Amino acid sequence: MRHALLLGLAAAVAAGVPWTQASAQMDDPVAAEFDKFREVLEKDNPAELWEVKGEQLWTTPGGPKKASLEKCDLGLGPGVVKGAYAQMPRYFADVDRVMDAEARIVHCMITLQGYELDKLDDKPFSSATHTPDPVSITTYVAAQSAGMKLAPPQNHPKEKAAYAIGKEIFHYRAGSYDFSCASCHGVDGQRIRTQPLPNFTKPEQAIRSVQGWPGYRMTGGVMHTLQWRLTDCYRQQRFPEPGYTSETLSALLTYLTVNASGQVYKGPGIKR
Amino acid sequence: MKLTTLAILAGGTVLLASCATGTGDPRAEALAMMDRDFHARGIASKDRLKEDAVMAACNKYNDNPPADVVARLQKEQLATIRYPADGKLLGDWKAGEKVAQNGRGMAWSDKGGVGGSCYNCHQIGPATTSFGTVGPSLYQFAKMRGFGTDIQRYAYGKIYNSKAFNLCSQMPRFGHVQALTEQQMKDITALLMDPASPVNQ
Repeated sequence: MRHALLLGLAAAVAAGVPWTQASAQMDDPVAAEFDKFREVLEKDNPAELWEVKGEQLWTTPGGPKKASLEKCDLGLGPGVVKGAYAQMPRYFADVDRVMDAEARIVHCMITLQGYELDKLDDKPFSSATHTPDPVSITTYVAAQSAGMKLAPPQNHPKEKAAYAIGKEIFHYRAGSYDFSCASCHGVDGQRIRTQPLPNFTKPEQAIRSVQGWPGYRMTGGVMHTLQWRLTDCYRQQRFPEPGYTSETLSALLTYLTVNASGQVYKGPGIKR
Repeated sequence: MKLTTLAILAGGTVLLASCATGTGDPRAEALAMMDRDFHARGIASKDRLKEDAVMAACNKYNDNPPADVVARLQKEQLATIRYPADGKLLGDWKAGEKVAQNGRGMAWSDKGGVGGSCYNCHQIGPATTSFGTVGPSLYQFAKMRGFGTDIQRYAYGKIYNSKAFNLCSQMPRFGHVQALTEQQMKDITALLMDPASPVNQ
């Protein structure tokens, strides 16, 4: 049943139905169609496939050390997954830095399972033929916070510093075209072509930077995390590439998530 | 006077208390962090991360630097503009339309072939309804402003280096960073300025 649905979706995407480029403007019929389609899909979200895979990866011994991730501390104690995603990024004393969910999961894969960062960050993002394990695991972890309010802590000095630094990075203009994150996401009601641009500096719109991620992306039919989303924004900003699970990305995610604090996270979703 | 001093001292204490890491200056820490974390990929070299004098002023003052800084830097930016040696500012508006539609170029996933990305942010020709709204509408550009050489020079100059006219403009400096060629900029200028261009119908 679900496979039939996915096949139908894949066929529609492959047929080049122009959800891929066009738009979620209110008065745009294509966008309206997409929204209807998303509503139907969300009842039977393809992201669940990666949740199941991620749960297996979490509980099954793996890596050179043949260990599971069940002792991984996502901030609420070793092995506690429920609610952890909604309370990240946060400070972790063992690494003395703020980490977002995916950065922490990768850290656990390295320290508990014995993986090497060089191998995990070689091709960290999903393609049509391959979904990296951290993506599936992040999807599983995120799903265990569905329906919870976002509550990234701002208690430790480094959590406060990450917010302030993330705010600076968000507004930092450079690159070939003088763009910052705020060039597109710092003003109300703007759009690129027909794509509306949420203003992430405002709490009520900042939720849109977190909601639906990790997301099953209809463009290409792949599962993507926020690490991918921010990295691809930097590509479009004409910047060089930020390091996978780097402090820069954790700081930006701190800024965005704290701005959205108190709003309900719905779990892994569907993106255009 | 004493109250002011106290307030400054109190503010300083708060600042000091918050600087458990590094220098405590978020901007300085952000710059150092990005320098550590970014790497070159494809055509996107690491030096793109550096802010030039213009971006440094815009970043430092939240896109609103003091008037004297604006005047000095705009003058410098104006001096960077190289107008075509043959004196002809208008190319082929049909070619300009293609450049305006093309949003590719300069990203690490690109190899060459740079477009102007104009429709990403501007309404231009009447046939394209999928235009962005980050910049102002350019529909009927010359019809509203006049077809004279002064407006032609302004249009070409703005495409070449937008910061010469509005220091913290969100528009890229297409000629200054050598994203577009002289011919491409002439063609876009024609799209905006040619009386035969659909923009001016």
